[in-house]
Amino acid sequence: MRFETPATINPIDQLKVVGKPADRIDGPLKTTGTARYAYEHHEGVSNPAYGYVIGSAIAKGRIAGMDFSAAKSAPGVRAIVTADNAGKLGKGDRNTAKLLGGPDIEHYHQAIALVVADTFEQARAAAELVRVDYVRTDGAFDLAAVKDIAKPRPVFGGPADTAVGDFADAFAAAPVQLDANYTTPDQAHAMMEPHASIAAWNGDKLTLWTSNQMIAWGVGEVAKTLDIPKENVRLISPFIGGGFGSKLFVRSDALLAALGARATGRPVKVALPRPFVFNNTTHRPATIQRIRIGAARDGKISAIGHEEWSGNLPGGRPEGAVAQTRLLYAGANRMTATRLAVLNLPEGNAMRAPGEASGMMALEIAVDEMAERLAMDPIEFRIINDTQVDPEKPERPFSQRRLTECLRTGAERFGWNKRNPQPGRVGDGRWLVGIGVAAAFRNNLLTKSAARVRLDNNGVVTVETDMTDIGTGSYTIIAQTAAEMMGVPMEKVVVRLGDSTFPVSSGSGGQWGGNNSTAGVYAACVKLREAVAQKLGFNSAEAEFADGEVRSGNRRVPLAQAAGDSGLGAEDGIEYGDIDKKYQQSTFGAHFVEVGVDTATAEIRVRRMLAVCAAGRILNPKTARSQVIGAMTMGVGAALMEELVVDERAGFFVNHDLAGYEVPVHADIPHQDMIFLDETDPMSSPMKAKGVAELGICGVAAAVANAVYNATGVRVRDYPITLDKLLEEMPDVG
Amino acid sequence: MRSFTYERARTPAEAAASAMRKPDAKFIAGGTNLLDLMKLEIETPAHLIDVNGLALDKIESTQEGGLRIGALVRNTDLAADARVRRDYGVLSRALLAGASGQLRNMATTAGNLLQRTRCPYFYDTNQSCNKRKPGSGCAAIGGFSRQHAVVGASEACIATHPSDMAVAMRALDATVETVQPDGATRTIPIAEFYRLPGDTPHIETTLMPGELITAVTLPKPVGGKQIYRKVRDRASYAFALVSVAAIVQRDGTGRVALGGVAHKPWRVEAAETQMPRGAKAVAAQLLADARPTRENAFKLALAERTLGAVLAEAKG
Repeated sequence: MRFETPATINPIDQLKVVGKPADRIDGPLKTTGTARYAYEHHEGVSNPAYGYVIGSAIAKGRIAGMDFSAAKSAPGVRAIVTADNAGKLGKGDRNTAKLLGGPDIEHYHQAIALVVADTFEQARAAAELVRVDYVRTDGAFDLAAVKDIAKPRPVFGGPADTAVGDFADAFAAAPVQLDANYTTPDQAHAMMEPHASIAAWNGDKLTLWTSNQMIAWGVGEVAKTLDIPKENVRLISPFIGGGFGSKLFVRSDALLAALGARATGRPVKVALPRPFVFNNTTHRPATIQRIRIGAARDGKISAIGHEEWSGNLPGGRPEGAVAQTRLLYAGANRMTATRLAVLNLPEGNAMRAPGEASGMMALEIAVDEMAERLAMDPIEFRIINDTQVDPEKPERPFSQRRLTECLRTGAERFGWNKRNPQPGRVGDGRWLVGIGVAAAFRNNLLTKSAARVRLDNNGVVTVETDMTDIGTGSYTIIAQTAAEMMGVPMEKVVVRLGDSTFPVSSGSGGQWGGNNSTAGVYAACVKLREAVAQKLGFNSAEAEFADGEVRSGNRRVPLAQAAGDSGLGAEDGIEYGDIDKKYQQSTFGAHFVEVGVDTATAEIRVRRMLAVCAAGRILNPKTARSQVIGAMTMGVGAALMEELVVDERAGFFVNHDLAGYEVPVHADIPHQDMIFLDETDPMSSPMKAKGVAELGICGVAAAVANAVYNATGVRVRDYPITLDKLLEEMPDVG
Repeated sequence: MRSFTYERARTPAEAAASAMRKPDAKFIAGGTNLLDLMKLEIETPAHLIDVNGLALDKIESTQEGGLRIGALVRNTDLAADARVRRDYGVLSRALLAGASGQLRNMATTAGNLLQRTRCPYFYDTNQSCNKRKPGSGCAAIGGFSRQHAVVGASEACIATHPSDMAVAMRALDATVETVQPDGATRTIPIAEFYRLPGDTPHIETTLMPGELITAVTLPKPVGGKQIYRKVRDRASYAFALVSVAAIVQRDGTGRVALGGVAHKPWRVEAAETQMPRGAKAVAAQLLADARPTRENAFKLALAERTLGAVLAEAKG
């Protein structure tokens, strides 16, 4: 199905099932521990061996020699795989560094060998017996030190530099100006389930049970790396214990499991140990950002500029932190610049809202600072500079844009009028209290997605698509979509996901999964409805599918009757024309945060949070809410604690476990609330939905930062905002 | 993890004797720290002596009016004990500030005293660490040292001791009871239990080879306001940047020990004479010999300010 013009009325608009806060259909499997994750497909393989990955102890250089003698004779050892003996390996297009390194080393903890043994414990013990000699070479590990030699680099299909009007002149002439630098640190996805895979070969065909967000990408990457046809690779990933972008691409666990299985002739299981995940896999790269805003005294922005510096391995991409600044606020004179330097740290890549999450961390502090210089309320300043059109191309409107309504609704609900605009004036016992606001912004991405549906003679509809559920609720919204389309209750829908033998979907990433994957299911269901109507002798345009029946005029036939004994199937997908070129599709929101800052210790504790989101039709308010409050939690982490600390001598992330890399715990998040504005977006798809999962993180950290400023009067521009950055400027105590 | 042999000891003396007899033996109780370290081959015992069956899990009153806490009393039980809550509030509060509910259910009193540092370089076997591998150097010096010691450190090691409980025990003048491999018992005042790193940061306590902790004894209650204040970026499940254990009497005198600043719970009795004069005076003496790194210099101001808040709370 081609989607080229705005959606009109369709069966989804009945909203009998879609739009309802249905419980997760996979919930009972997860709460009873019966959902099988990648490492747990015990029934899929017999007599597996276990692989343990060895990672490089240096960041850059080469391996001079490896001594396997002790490891080879250790109990239970079946094989040791290295780049030397693995045969010729290609490299996938989606990862920067090789998944199996050596002799050249590209980053710390790059995998250099896999020890395969009869038990996990034997493999781990033998891995410790491998001796590796390295020759170190110097690397670049400090972004600030290489900033000035960074080069322009396009990102996410946009140019490295953008310019509209004359930024320099307009900024210089602006009566009120801000020119400030901000930094965001390297961050880790820190998902609960580490990367894990089981590989089994049957002749020249490979099956990989893995934990992966993008099944079809994964098949292509595995095939390319092993130089085998795609048809010979099957990926199975029905449940994923969190990804946040770290599982968009196959990682060393998958490749090494496949190589280990080939070397031993047995299925091989590989999980990355937690202390290994942080340096072996990908992370959100650190940024340095400079933001300049010029405005007239009435608050109208005349010039806005945003520059970004980030680093990555050779061939890697920039973070893309300037993206939102091209679209969020009006202003006739604009510029952005994206600069990338080579760093020899582990690979930087996508993490929840790549680009915008980092960019909004800086931009929305800058906007708060600018409002203060203008002596304006920060909400009013944002509203004055709202725009209903792409500021770079005014002929191109937003499909929907309710930023102002998000801000106003949130202000009302949160009690914004009680905020004291003078910072450092509100006390509550030992706490200084402040509240802050930030806009939320994330683009909505359209990408094709397919599914097949099958009706059986019990009236059960089975949906198959290689879509993944990374904890987001994909199973549930797909079941709701199929139930709505076929006129059956959700209990009559079976959803099967995460298998490369199913039609290729959008997958999960970039908050595109919800809208696109359900639109693909919609397309397949339209086709199935036509097949049913034809079989039962209805005119498909007039047939109504409801209550397990097909109806037209006085005639009613049970849906199941159309299936016959052999069942009835259909397969289709959604593909998009240029509608997203004509209309800018984005999602909007507003974050409100209240913090307390301990007067003595400067400890920062969030007291309450609110997000208001406008993101098209909300397919399931319950799972969507979970996405947003989870993202708000992650935003608090970004604001207050998350930082992969670089050892600039040895070139690695030092705090590489969940004790050292702190993310919020329950005690950090006492109260969250969120509101979805009632919206449908007919430009997005027949579902009229958009993404919310990444919108929820964009702007949160800045709202926290602005609340900390309001509480204390101390402006911190370098994340995370930890107490040591406030302490010197806190008032004297006792 | 290396392969190891395992036994269940039947008496404390037998456990100590076995630990002396078997090379590279370690006692295991709750295992919340040791097992993690074994998986990473930071600890590589050849033999484990399981002491969980030794019936050292009672909290008893002593003749002197104090409490004798068995080595195997779990942190959760100790924190919840009515006598501890009534008479040794600083201990209960310190325990509850540490780890998580699940860990406290497993962790024991003796094990808590003996937990190893959380220095990230200690935890990464690719990095040099004199504590893990004597003579290899200290990667934390000149590296990421925000969590590290500001006082009492050496050129060989700047690690901190991570325990909250031990800081309270130090303020309470607890005594460690042990049994030695020859069956003899002795008591070690907690002030003499921990060592500073010096040139031998791998030797962390004054326990002799094979010596097993059987109990920790608290002297008669000293009353006063008892406060434990732990400062950290994350609200729970994080190690202290700085912590303060304080016992403050009505007249402003008292005791104070700091956590998160040194290789051991940090108490300088002489500094306590300054308590009636306030936090600045106490901190000046407590941290007189401090030599922080660039990254943890904030701990000096933080310790003083936290102490100030604690003393104010005690007054109020």
